[in-house]
Amino acid sequence: MAEVTFLEALRQGLWEEMERDERVFILGEDVGLYGGAFKVTDGFSKRFGASRVIDTPISEAAIVGAAAGAAHMGLRPVAEMQFIDFISCAYDMLTNYVATARYRAGLSTPLVVRGPCGGYVRGGPFHSQNPEAAFLHTPGLKIVYPATARDAKGLIKASIRDEDPVLYLEHKWLYRRIKEQLPEGEEILTPIGQARIAREGKHLSIISYGATLWKSLEAAEQLEKADGVSVEVLDLRTLLPMDDAAIVATVKKTNKVLIVHEDTRTGGIAGEIAARINERAFEWLDGPIMRVTAHDVPLPYAPTLEDFVLPQTEDIVKAARWLAAY
Amino acid sequence: MARVDVLMPQMGESIAEGTLSKWLKKIGDPVKRDEPLFEISTDKVDAEIPAPAAGVLAEINVQEGQTVPVQTLVAILETDASAAVPAPAKPALPKAAAEAPQAAPPPPSPAQPAPAVRPSGRPADGDGGVQTAEQRLRTKSTPLVRKIAAEHSVDISRIPGSGYAGRVTKQDILGYIERAPAAAPATPYSRLPALGAIEHPAVEPWPGDRVEPWSKIRKITADHMVMSRRVSAHVASFFEVDFTRVAQLRGKAKQSYAERGVNLTFLAFIAKACAENLRKHPVVNAAVSADSTIYRADVNIGIAVALDWGLIVPVIKHADELSLIGIARAINDLGERARTKKLSPDDIQRGTFTITNPGGFGPFAGIPIINQPQVAILGVGAIEKRPKVVTAADGTDSIAIRTIGMLTMSYDHRVVDGADADKFLADVKQLLQEFPEGAV
Repeated sequence: MAEVTFLEALRQGLWEEMERDERVFILGEDVGLYGGAFKVTDGFSKRFGASRVIDTPISEAAIVGAAAGAAHMGLRPVAEMQFIDFISCAYDMLTNYVATARYRAGLSTPLVVRGPCGGYVRGGPFHSQNPEAAFLHTPGLKIVYPATARDAKGLIKASIRDEDPVLYLEHKWLYRRIKEQLPEGEEILTPIGQARIAREGKHLSIISYGATLWKSLEAAEQLEKADGVSVEVLDLRTLLPMDDAAIVATVKKTNKVLIVHEDTRTGGIAGEIAARINERAFEWLDGPIMRVTAHDVPLPYAPTLEDFVLPQTEDIVKAARWLAAY
Repeated sequence: MARVDVLMPQMGESIAEGTLSKWLKKIGDPVKRDEPLFEISTDKVDAEIPAPAAGVLAEINVQEGQTVPVQTLVAILETDASAAVPAPAKPALPKAAAEAPQAAPPPPSPAQPAPAVRPSGRPADGDGGVQTAEQRLRTKSTPLVRKIAAEHSVDISRIPGSGYAGRVTKQDILGYIERAPAAAPATPYSRLPALGAIEHPAVEPWPGDRVEPWSKIRKITADHMVMSRRVSAHVASFFEVDFTRVAQLRGKAKQSYAERGVNLTFLAFIAKACAENLRKHPVVNAAVSADSTIYRADVNIGIAVALDWGLIVPVIKHADELSLIGIARAINDLGERARTKKLSPDDIQRGTFTITNPGGFGPFAGIPIINQPQVAILGVGAIEKRPKVVTAADGTDSIAIRTIGMLTMSYDHRVVDGADADKFLADVKQLLQEFPEGAV
């Protein structure tokens, strides 16, 4: 066992898959000689060579388009977006082309598009976004969003092996904050489509993912200590396809649900989760389904304003306390 | 210092709850054992409930007008006279709250930013009998609480709520059910299948109409009738019976019966004829339970009695073991006590077959609705003189004036086939037409 960071776990997963399968290759901006803006691919170029770790021009559409073509031809590309905010430049390629390829032309497109997302790092509006809601609405894509080092490794490996396009979202606030003991020599694979109970509880459930999973766990701890309220926390891990069974199970167990995500509120996926609960477990609800999310604004640069806009642990505690007393 | 719990009694097999209509004692009053303590009205019976022990009424947990599940704690008697100080008023279910498995959630602070739905902000409706916002919150509870309430036949408005504005939470209702275990399913009275609530569609009254809300007995009758039609496969057979011989026997014996304080009616003969034959035809003396038939060991005949305020069906127990005068006396006695509200809860329980006799009002025949969970009910039409073809011993036909009446039986075709029902009715008819003089 060795303690590894979230970033190191992701790096290990990529490395192992490159070693295991020579069809796997990486492309993106500064991923080769420089080793990536966050050093995820540091050393890869030296080990695997410039033909498998490709520095590209600054064009997300070209990166994803090239990856799609390579995937059709039998390779397993992993495309990096230097910041996930710029995935919007590849939106057309991903939604119109990649997501529909199997349906339109029977073409398998086993590619992974990954990149750092999320705020809490004073990154401002161009370097802090969470784009999952835009792609959740696109049939044909899969979206994973790990919160732990173990899942960072397990999900990148599972994504590379998947036969369909996977969007892999990695929260940059977790990169070096989250550390975990991971076994050496044992292969870690996290199945796509399975949520995980991050904390057992009985009075209410918080459904979350990514950075806010950790804030939800902090809130759960405070509520247990201060109020004696036992909070269950569900880590979705995969957003698409969503693990309805796990969501319904926790609703049936605690009967009260708070959904927490860092993305903005309107059109955020908390609304989708709430609708699914209404359809599948309405009679098990002992209170309204509540949300804690970012406010509906671009993320401000000013630290005080960023703190205000993004969901904080105390916001979660407040909402959970209200719901527990309902 | 001994304390005795007084519980809402189980008053009949289909009875899940009772309404405490009146307290006859106040807190601090001494009571003797078996002295009436309070009055209740359940499905069809108003009864005085006696004190289970002598003592002092120390605690009242159910107020007048409240309806609670059977086995609910109604009051506590203090049987040690020296401790006869009235207990301070307590909330209805203090133990439930104290025994809750975890610390209760903190009350919401009004200063808290309320996410989207804030339940207290709605203005109360004006007066005029409309619910206040708070009352509405108590009853319009969350989907889960309503589901639990329906499963356990619990009235949510009776449960003290600890949520916002007194809303009944999951913990509240689970604690309440735990406290009153008899309200849970699988108790004897819930043998009838759960069919969902019976709904009676609303109709807009016209100007000048009088709208009268149902009494408890009307409501129960209405629900029961709809439920019975929904549950049983109703089918009916009609038999014309020549009552001439019964009329003659009745005429002869009436005086001597009257001297013994008994009014001998046609109904007594009919009940006797049924009682004699029910044991021979057990499928008519039965009940349906899920996918099986319960053949009743006893023959207990219910007799429908029309009252000014509704309908009630007291039961002649072991009718097959009674002579004609015994049955006649039982019918007189039960009818009298129904009219004077003196029936005990036991008097309306455990019927296995029912007879309804609207004949006195003059109908030719009628098709009654089965009294659940029984499988057959006999209706008696008007008994009067009518022309009838009679065949003499030598085979010649003639029209004679005979005393004739129709017997109608509705039966549940799920278990009673037409042949079963008609064989039973044929035997009843034969016994009535050839009623043995020695049995009168």
